[in-house]
Amino acid sequence: MKWSEFFTSSVGKKFVMAFTGLFLISFLIVHVGINACIFADMVDPDDNGEMFNKAAHFMGASYVIRLMEIGLFAGIILHIVQGYMLEAQNRSRRKEGYAVSMGSKGSAWYKKSMGLLGTLILLFLIVHIAHFWVPSRITYETTLSEVSYNGNAMHDVFSKMVEVFQNGYVVILYILGCFSLAWHLLHGFQSSFRTVGVHNKKWLALVQSVGIGFSIIVPLIFALMPISIFFGWVTNS
Amino acid sequence: MEHYTMNLTLKVWRQKSSKEKGSFETYKVSDISSEMSFLEMIDVLNERLINEGKEPIAFDHDCREGICGACSMYINGRPHGPWTANTTCQLHMRAYKDGDTIVVEPWRANSFPVIKDLVVDRGAFDRIIAAGGFISANTGNAVDANATPIEKDKADAAFAAAACIGCGACVAACKNSSAMLFLSAKVSHLALLPQGGPERKSRVLNMVQQMDKEGFGACTFTEACEAVCPKEISVTNISRLNKEYLIAGLTEEK
Repeated sequence: MKWSEFFTSSVGKKFVMAFTGLFLISFLIVHVGINACIFADMVDPDDNGEMFNKAAHFMGASYVIRLMEIGLFAGIILHIVQGYMLEAQNRSRRKEGYAVSMGSKGSAWYKKSMGLLGTLILLFLIVHIAHFWVPSRITYETTLSEVSYNGNAMHDVFSKMVEVFQNGYVVILYILGCFSLAWHLLHGFQSSFRTVGVHNKKWLALVQSVGIGFSIIVPLIFALMPISIFFGWVTNS
Repeated sequence: MEHYTMNLTLKVWRQKSSKEKGSFETYKVSDISSEMSFLEMIDVLNERLINEGKEPIAFDHDCREGICGACSMYINGRPHGPWTANTTCQLHMRAYKDGDTIVVEPWRANSFPVIKDLVVDRGAFDRIIAAGGFISANTGNAVDANATPIEKDKADAAFAAAACIGCGACVAACKNSSAMLFLSAKVSHLALLPQGGPERKSRVLNMVQQMDKEGFGACTFTEACEAVCPKEISVTNISRLNKEYLIAGLTEEK
């Protein structure tokens, strides 16, 4: 069997979705970990984003991590493109539909709405990239100020974050984005493991319970970031 | 349970042939016994239609005891009707009450074209089976069944998968019209047994290839198939199928 045949069969396409999905889940762990450094300000009011800026500097300054960033974008694009192609193909398999639909008899709404939830996350992602990735990676000369810790100058990404999250509508948008992510993960986390062949009872039980925890905790920590800044729990002074 | 009779309104999909367009016809049926099966209720209606000189409703049925997999009606938005772990033939009219309206549709999937009324062509399933649902066996006298040692748990899991009657309810229920529950039952059944060993890799590759050729969708683990399966085939079989496919696809010599 050729690689092309392997990855283009209906099962192979799902492998692509599952493996890229699991890769993106691993990225979420890094992302939430780095960004949670802003909460240092709640413990030490003099932190003012120092820990976060240093972490962000580490993520931007190393070529190894910048190379991994290219892999990340490739993973995101593959997941999105394959997702939409599969959704379109799957929908076309029943040209004549039912007069009475099954509704949620047998499967929860979010399990059947991965395309919709994914689209909401994509829309959020576009706004999110425009808010942070573009200003800190492309237009940083004009969009970011500099800050110096112990004589080491670096970009002040934290101030950018505080600036963006002063707008209540932006905060609401981010919370909605986190909701979409939570529902998407609630199905995607366990489904991706099952797709790649996890079927033993003990592993399935583990994957399902860890999946529920991950889907709640990670989006919650993400959502707390704009909320904490908006309400002034994390500040720049 | 106490016996009662009921009057019902049926909306049934009527379609003369695969080439012609179909539509719903409404029928009133009266004095239906709560002890009748759903198919007997249709039989009563069909006798009336024949007496009136009209074309009776075509539908698939054979054993009428829930083991052949022939009956295939999508009743009020659910394959095989409202009961779980049940086939249409084993659905009884006590599931309904006087005055109910029941909508009856055929399985809907491009791969299951309507032949007439409620009868669909499930030949795609036969072709998937033919692509790999067999084992190599020596000719001559049959080997004693107990000659091959099999772990009890594996035998039970293989039997649970082999319970699939190939009715197609999984495809009918799936939003993607995916046949993965059916295929996974067939692959698991043989992959779990030592007799399935010789063709283990080629079987899963060939059967998935045939399934794709037939135009079924991919699995997104919504689990709607498991919920409607009359034989309660578990979706864990789909994970086993994927594992078999992953290993076979990466290690098969060809």
